[in-house]
Order: sequence, then structure tokens, then C-alpha cells
Amino acid sequence: MISRAVAFLIGLALLLPSPAVEAADVLVVERASGAVQIVDAERKTQRARIEGLGDLSHATAVFTPDGSYAFVFGRDGGLSKIDLARGALVGRVIQGGNSIGGVLAKGGKVVAVANYVPGGVKLFDASTLVELAEIPAVWGPNGERSKVVGLMPAPGDRLVFSLWEAGEIWILDIADPRKPAVTRFKDAGSFPYDGNITPDGRHYIAGLFGEDGLALLDLEHPEQGVRRILDGYGRGEAPLPVYKMPHLGGWGVIGDLLLLPAIGRHEVLLVDRRGWREAGRVAVQGQPVFVVARPGRSEVWVNFAHPANDVVEVIDVASRRVVRRLVPGKAVMHIEFTPDGKEAWVSARDSGAIVVYDADTGEPRARLAAESPSGVFMVSRGLKVGS
Amino acid sequence: MPRIAAALALALAASTAAAWAAEPGPARQAELLHLLKQDCGSCHGLTMKGGLGPALVPERLAERTDETLVEAIVDGRPGTAMPPWRFAVTPEEAAWLVRTLREGLP
Repeated sequence: MISRAVAFLIGLALLLPSPAVEAADVLVVERASGAVQIVDAERKTQRARIEGLGDLSHATAVFTPDGSYAFVFGRDGGLSKIDLARGALVGRVIQGGNSIGGVLAKGGKVVAVANYVPGGVKLFDASTLVELAEIPAVWGPNGERSKVVGLMPAPGDRLVFSLWEAGEIWILDIADPRKPAVTRFKDAGSFPYDGNITPDGRHYIAGLFGEDGLALLDLEHPEQGVRRILDGYGRGEAPLPVYKMPHLGGWGVIGDLLLLPAIGRHEVLLVDRRGWREAGRVAVQGQPVFVVARPGRSEVWVNFAHPANDVVEVIDVASRRVVRRLVPGKAVMHIEFTPDGKEAWVSARDSGAIVVYDADTGEPRARLAAESPSGVFMVSRGLKVGS
Repeated sequence: MPRIAAALALALAASTAAAWAAEPGPARQAELLHLLKQDCGSCHGLTMKGGLGPALVPERLAERTDETLVEAIVDGRPGTAMPPWRFAVTPEEAAWLVRTLREGLP
């Protein structure tokens, strides 16, 4: 019922005339230049370029549900608000010393940021960027603070995130964002490096760097605690070195299957959501970083950590095989599909290019110049829930 | 046998000394700096102020010896997320990176 209501609202939103809102825009992060480009997805031309956003290594962007604003989270703790129609910076605060990303919550009214330094989460009013609350990720006996990763919005005005050093998962109730309430789950797993939530908003999963398993939390039954899934997927073999931490954002969800990067193994893992058991694995050519599902197809596209990072492999999920290998350029950072799944936008950092692929044929359709591009974000992401 | 061992020891000592003196050529320096900023930077931050990995700024590095830092780069640090970079960076090049980091990145 709920999903039908959401679908109806999204349908309604698409029908309404939305002045100056370009939901077909793409935001491209130029990580070393402190700039973002707003690109017209249809014409594949730059509509605006906004500078002065600080250190954008590992920068991410989120969008308001109406497609009006983007919030860009910089590594240096900068939180920037961009008016997409005007292509202008309209707000900016340095909210921390070292940040890893953020999300929008409460229907786009609250911005939540995950920080490494000072370790914790901060909440801001999305319209004014005024701080509403700080939640320090204190865990040690001497008040040590943990780096926060895998921050995700969850149904019921909640946020979920993981603590790298502490090995914990926290649920934050933000019904009153000025007085958030924490529920802690200790011993969630060793060194969670990222987390994500299933599209139905029910399950939060943290990937673990310190052990070969994943941590699962049922958000409908948090009282059951965190359980380990795919425990021992490394089969006791020594892990391979990891030259870039994988990401769970944009993970592959195909029907009941979840496709995830293995850690220290050159494999993509398949998990059956019905019983949270392994449903197979696919050998790939390097340490996977992003495993991204193509909308409407039983297909995921995978990029890789250094040094085998000039390649994208396409996995056909039904046959569990790599069916295509693309070479977009040097240092492929990110893959983002258009909502219809027809195009894949791929950033090649060291080639200074965004390559747009026809996802059916694997042929490049366009090549856009960008300075050390990393994240590529469709503004239509704002319409999605929990992705 | 002792003579071979002595020769080996001498050669080893010479190569270690060379490691500290050697300066990569300009083209290689540019490659190493790119690697440092972009790829080391994915954990240590583009400006070396830290990320999941610790900050590599001069004040922090002052706590560690050159040998420790070179070893961490080429052989990694077991039990942490730091992988070995020997396949891409020689000990000589790692020593140059350490010197560069101690001065602070431009």
C-alpha cells in the first residue's frame, strides 16, 4: 500500500509542471578542482559550472525531491547548497574537519552529514543550513570518537549509520531533529566500511573490512539485533590487498538478489534476500568498487580499484557471467545510469572525461570533458527512496 | 661463503644508502605525485589531511621514522587497511615520497 502511494506521489510529481526544474540534469564532481558541473543529460552539454566548493575528493551529492537543490558534501567538511536551475551556489558551511558524505531526511527538510573528524553525524536545516543537532560517535572508554560511514535514511524518520573503529551500527530517531535519539548496536562487525539500505527500506547492510562477512539489521525488528550474513565468504583464504575501499552506494538489486563487492577478493557476491544466503559469486578482473544495477535489466556494471581501474565489466545476472568489458579511460571512478537504464554515464578521472554509453550496445555515445571527474549523480536520484 | 655473505651485506648496505639518496627523474616524480594525490588520496585524502587512513601531514609524520614509513608504503601495514604498494613503488621512490610528504605537499 505504502509503495503504491509513493508511486502515485512520484507519478503526480512528474505530471506537475515544475518551473525551471531540470530533473534530467546530471551533476558531475570535479574532485581536484573544487567544482561541479551541471550537465544537460539530453543534450549532453554543460549547463553550468560551480566553483569554490573546496576539497571534493570522495564528494557526493544529494538532491531535493523536487529537483530544485543539490547538497554537495566535500571531504574538507564543506556542505554546499546549489540552486540547480540557476546553477549557483546559494549556501555553504564548513561543518566539520573531515567528511565522508550525507543524505537528505524528513522529506528533504533535514540534511544529515557523516563525519570522520569530528567523528559523528550532524543534522542541518535544509533550507537555511543552520545546525540542528550533533551526534558524536563516542564509543571508547576514554571518549574516543569513531569515524562514521554508510549513513542512510530509513523509513519512520530514522537514520542508520556505521562506526568504522567501533564496529557498531547506530539507529538515529530524528522525529524531532533537534533532539535525536540513538539506539546502539555493539559488536556489529569489524571495521564496517560502508552501508546501504534495501529499496523497501527494511534492511540495512554494512560491509565489513575486518572480516569476510556482512552485518545485517532488520529495521522492522531492530530488537533482534545485528546478524552476520555470508560469514566466511573468503573461505579462509588470505585476502588480496585492497587499493581502494569498495562502496555499497548504488549497489545492485535485481529482484530478490543483491549484488555486492567482495573485500580482498576479485569477486562480486550474490545474496538471496529471501534467506540472506549466498546465491553465487562472479569472478571479475580486479577488486570491485561499485556494483551498479542497470534499471529494468538483469545486469550490473562494475568498476575497480587501482591498479586495474581502467575497465568496466558488465555482469549478466541470470547467467552469472561477465558478458562485456568496456575501457572508458584511465581511473574509472563511478557509474550512473539514466533512470530508464538506456545510458550509463561513466567517469574516467585520469582521462578527464565522462563517457556516456549506450547501455544496450556498449558503444560510447558522447564524451564530455571534465577535470579529474569522480562522482556522477543524476538529479532524478532525489525522487528515489533509500538509494 | 663468508666472503659472499660480506659482499651481500655490502651490496645491501649500498642499496639502502642509495634508497635515501636517489631522486626519481622529473617525469617519474610527476607520476608519483599523481599516485600520491589521487590513489593514496582515496584513503588519506586528496590534501593528505586524512580519510579512512590517517593524515599524512608533516606534524603527524614527525612521529615516525623514515624506515617505518617506507616499509608501510612498500609492504603495507598488516592488520590495517594499508595495502603493500611494492608493485607500483620501489623503496627508493617510497623514500622520495616520504621526503616530499615531510616537506608538505605544495
